[in-house]
Amino acid sequence: MTDSFFLSLAQTSMFELLAPTPPGWGGNLVRGFINSIGIGVGAFALGLLIGIGGAFGKLYGGPVRRDLLQVYTTLIRAVPELVLILLIYFAVPDLINRLLDTLGYGRIDVSGPMAGIVALGFVQGAYATEVLRGAILAVPQGQIEAGRAFGMNPTMLMRRITMPAMLPFAIPGLANLWLVAFKGTALLAVVGFNELTLETRQAAGTTKAYFTFFMAAGVLYLLLTLISNVLIGRVEHWARRGRQPIAESR
Amino acid sequence: MAYFTTVAANCRPFARLDPHRVVLIVIGLVLITAAAVFMRWDWLADYYMLAIAGLWRSIWILIVTCVFGFVLALPLGLAQVVGPSWLSLPAKAFCTVIRGTPLLLQIWLLYYGLGSLFPQYPWIRESDIWPLVRQAWPYAVLALTLSFAGYVGEVMRGAFAGVPSGQLEAGRAFGMNRWKLFRRVWLPQAIHKALPTLAGETVMQLKSTPLVATITVVDLYAVSARVRQDTLVIYEPLLLLALTYMVLTGLLVWIFSRIEARIPVRVG
Repeated sequence: MTDSFFLSLAQTSMFELLAPTPPGWGGNLVRGFINSIGIGVGAFALGLLIGIGGAFGKLYGGPVRRDLLQVYTTLIRAVPELVLILLIYFAVPDLINRLLDTLGYGRIDVSGPMAGIVALGFVQGAYATEVLRGAILAVPQGQIEAGRAFGMNPTMLMRRITMPAMLPFAIPGLANLWLVAFKGTALLAVVGFNELTLETRQAAGTTKAYFTFFMAAGVLYLLLTLISNVLIGRVEHWARRGRQPIAESR
Repeated sequence: MAYFTTVAANCRPFARLDPHRVVLIVIGLVLITAAAVFMRWDWLADYYMLAIAGLWRSIWILIVTCVFGFVLALPLGLAQVVGPSWLSLPAKAFCTVIRGTPLLLQIWLLYYGLGSLFPQYPWIRESDIWPLVRQAWPYAVLALTLSFAGYVGEVMRGAFAGVPSGQLEAGRAFGMNRWKLFRRVWLPQAIHKALPTLAGETVMQLKSTPLVATITVVDLYAVSARVRQDTLVIYEPLLLLALTYMVLTGLLVWIFSRIEARIPVRVG
């Protein structure tokens, strides 16, 4: 088993295969990796925007808005991401073009990355809504009331009190979501978008060095996860400044 | 409780039939009826047998991978809590790698990578496992099992560590040996603590099963993809698929809530 494993690594030298210039496929992998990061960041940002709106809507909105948001978060979280991505990936460009047609404008071409960001971001939004709602509820509500009593308008209240106060509670959940978003970009391989996983599969399929390339891609994903964890730890430390350390945290 | 006046609206008893809810339900019903009437469902007659077989395969994969994954997760969690470093470090590394890479990549690594290694060995080609490793589903089951084990291993680490040491000491004081202590005290309490998280992980696992369709296992998702290819009907199979997964998720949540309800909880 191990013999042939190393044999298959050594068949054409691993470094030759992973070289960044065309005979090697390293350049393609790096390009896919950058695409993945871009989509992941975009989807996470969109999800965060939807999440902020959703969380505030769920807590302070009227009954209709609250129920609609409940339906949104429940449905999205009950359906596999892959199915949602396919639905949104096909439906959104189609709907936009039908809308433009009826309005009398010409059709537009929705780019792959854009559709991917919208699809993943829409899914992320449902999870982010729940994370942020929980974080806002974890803030001692007297602080928010005090802000209101000082006559702050809702925007200033959100900017000066709610956001900074909820951040330490939200960061663990949001960190998780960021990693889910980044790993979720792999699903776009199924709809044919050239992110890391699909680039890897193409390289592996062409050279037949499956282990080399999938391992290399795994290392790239893992590297970004580990680096993210370190950075998130710093951000969390910063967001918790001035607070007592939680006793049961490790 | 006086602090929580701003969220009092959330805590009010769940009024099932406010007027606006009736309107929303009516709108929902109208949408569903419109979908049933105006969209194309004529393909259902040809494919429903295939769909039921696919549904059964999805559920079967879910159950098998969850059971095996959980069994594998117990030593992973335990090793990280009490194991010596030569056990706990590999366990931690395994969980980190599994949780740090996309499941799709893991599935493809096993299917294409491992699958391309086996044919090189004559003795495998001649042995009894050859028909097995030529099919796709063993790789799907293996990948999903390892993935579940990685995620749940991390959950069980926290659960094992969270059982109060007094409980274990009490068990030891009763003269229980290690195995009995684990079986009667440590494991049940850890599972009890982790049950809500385990429910979430199981739902996640259900939502991961469609990925096996990418390596030619014909599960429910693969059936809908085939309908799309054969009939060029895009949205209807996907919508029905989404509905089916919603029902399955609801079922899982309900089952876990029943299990949780069986465990008596003392409210202090």
